[in-house]
Amino acid sequence: MKDPTIKCVIWDLDNTIWDGTLLEDSSVSLKPRIVEVLEELDRRGILHSIASRNDHDEAMAKLQELGISDYFLYPEIRWDAKSLSVRRIQEHLNIAYDTLLFIDDQPFERDEVAASHEDVWCLDSRHYLDLPEEPRLKPKYITRDSEMRRRMYQSDIVRRQEEEEFVGPKESFLRKLDMVLEITEAQEEDLVRAEELTFRTNQLNATGRTYTVESLDSMRKDGRHKILVCGLTDKYGSYGKIGLAVLELEKDVWKLNLLLFSCRVMSAGVSSILLSLLRNAARDNGVRLTADFNDTGRNRMMRIAYMVAGFVEKQPQVNGVVLLENDLTDIPPAPDYCKTISKVSWST
Amino acid sequence: MREKIRSIIEDNLKIFDSDVEFSDDDHIFRQGFVDSLFAVKLLAFLEQEFDIKIGNEDLNIENFHSVNKIISFVESKK
Repeated sequence: MKDPTIKCVIWDLDNTIWDGTLLEDSSVSLKPRIVEVLEELDRRGILHSIASRNDHDEAMAKLQELGISDYFLYPEIRWDAKSLSVRRIQEHLNIAYDTLLFIDDQPFERDEVAASHEDVWCLDSRHYLDLPEEPRLKPKYITRDSEMRRRMYQSDIVRRQEEEEFVGPKESFLRKLDMVLEITEAQEEDLVRAEELTFRTNQLNATGRTYTVESLDSMRKDGRHKILVCGLTDKYGSYGKIGLAVLELEKDVWKLNLLLFSCRVMSAGVSSILLSLLRNAARDNGVRLTADFNDTGRNRMMRIAYMVAGFVEKQPQVNGVVLLENDLTDIPPAPDYCKTISKVSWST
Repeated sequence: MREKIRSIIEDNLKIFDSDVEFSDDDHIFRQGFVDSLFAVKLLAFLEQEFDIKIGNEDLNIENFHSVNKIISFVESKK
């Protein structure tokens, strides 16, 4: 299998981001052209983080002084093993290990990380100037969502901090977010992002299928499919386009060939809202509703999302694909913490 | 077992009007007490706590929608 595109670069600091060891010499200077590298990858929607054994406050102050602190999400600056730091970053970002690149000048640190996380790509930092040319750091598409990605994660961090500080049930917190979920039929300008979602999303993709802009565009126009795109905003800002469904329409039955969500919206209950909308629409149109599920070994969350929405196994596996069906009863009302706007026209 | 299962549900209730009550037969998903993220947590908890393996073929909401259903499911897997 092709190595997946890198979604986050985890940097060491001493002799990687800057020349010298901060604790020995506080006048360390940035590696030549390192800012260009950070900026270019950031523009492509690749995130940056830090795993450094250093004094946290001192290192953060230095990053601020150097004007680059804003690039790094969830920096891990502490005296722990770096494998633990990598794990914490992975948990915070909720992206797969094989989309992480760890970069450090010391072979010991790279080996230590590689021993615990065999899927993490560990690279000697002397290659940092080559990063923009690395195929795994060239996402197939650079969309508006990629350019905004870091900022979207940063508003996520504020959001989570407020959630942690919030005392009370989760639902009352969600209610304070003023969430708006907009479900639309994909327009031409959505297709690049839609294709990107199918290539980027692994854990929350029910079939693991990928679609190109061209195939999405022809399905959009053939009258036998609906391509639905979900956009989510809340008071902290936009999450961008975070969900995609490919629905195949036949006379008596609609089938979800693809359902996927971006990892960042897992806790917002968006999958239940979209599935309820589809269940209501199918019931109102007098058709059955089915869905393909393909166990890719990492997408069990989606099987569970289908289960919670009342989908049951209809046909056992054929070529690894299980057909699920919904009986269209007991459809829960939309939760009151999220305003849902549907611009989908179901008349066929 | 009943106590443990009730307590993980109670700890993860999305809503609590300070003293929301649910019976061992209440449909916890339909009534909006919990969501799919909780379902992920619940399955991991059941597998670990009661040393069972939950396969894809078990993923039917019928097995998990109330405390009593969860208990009979776990017992059937033991």
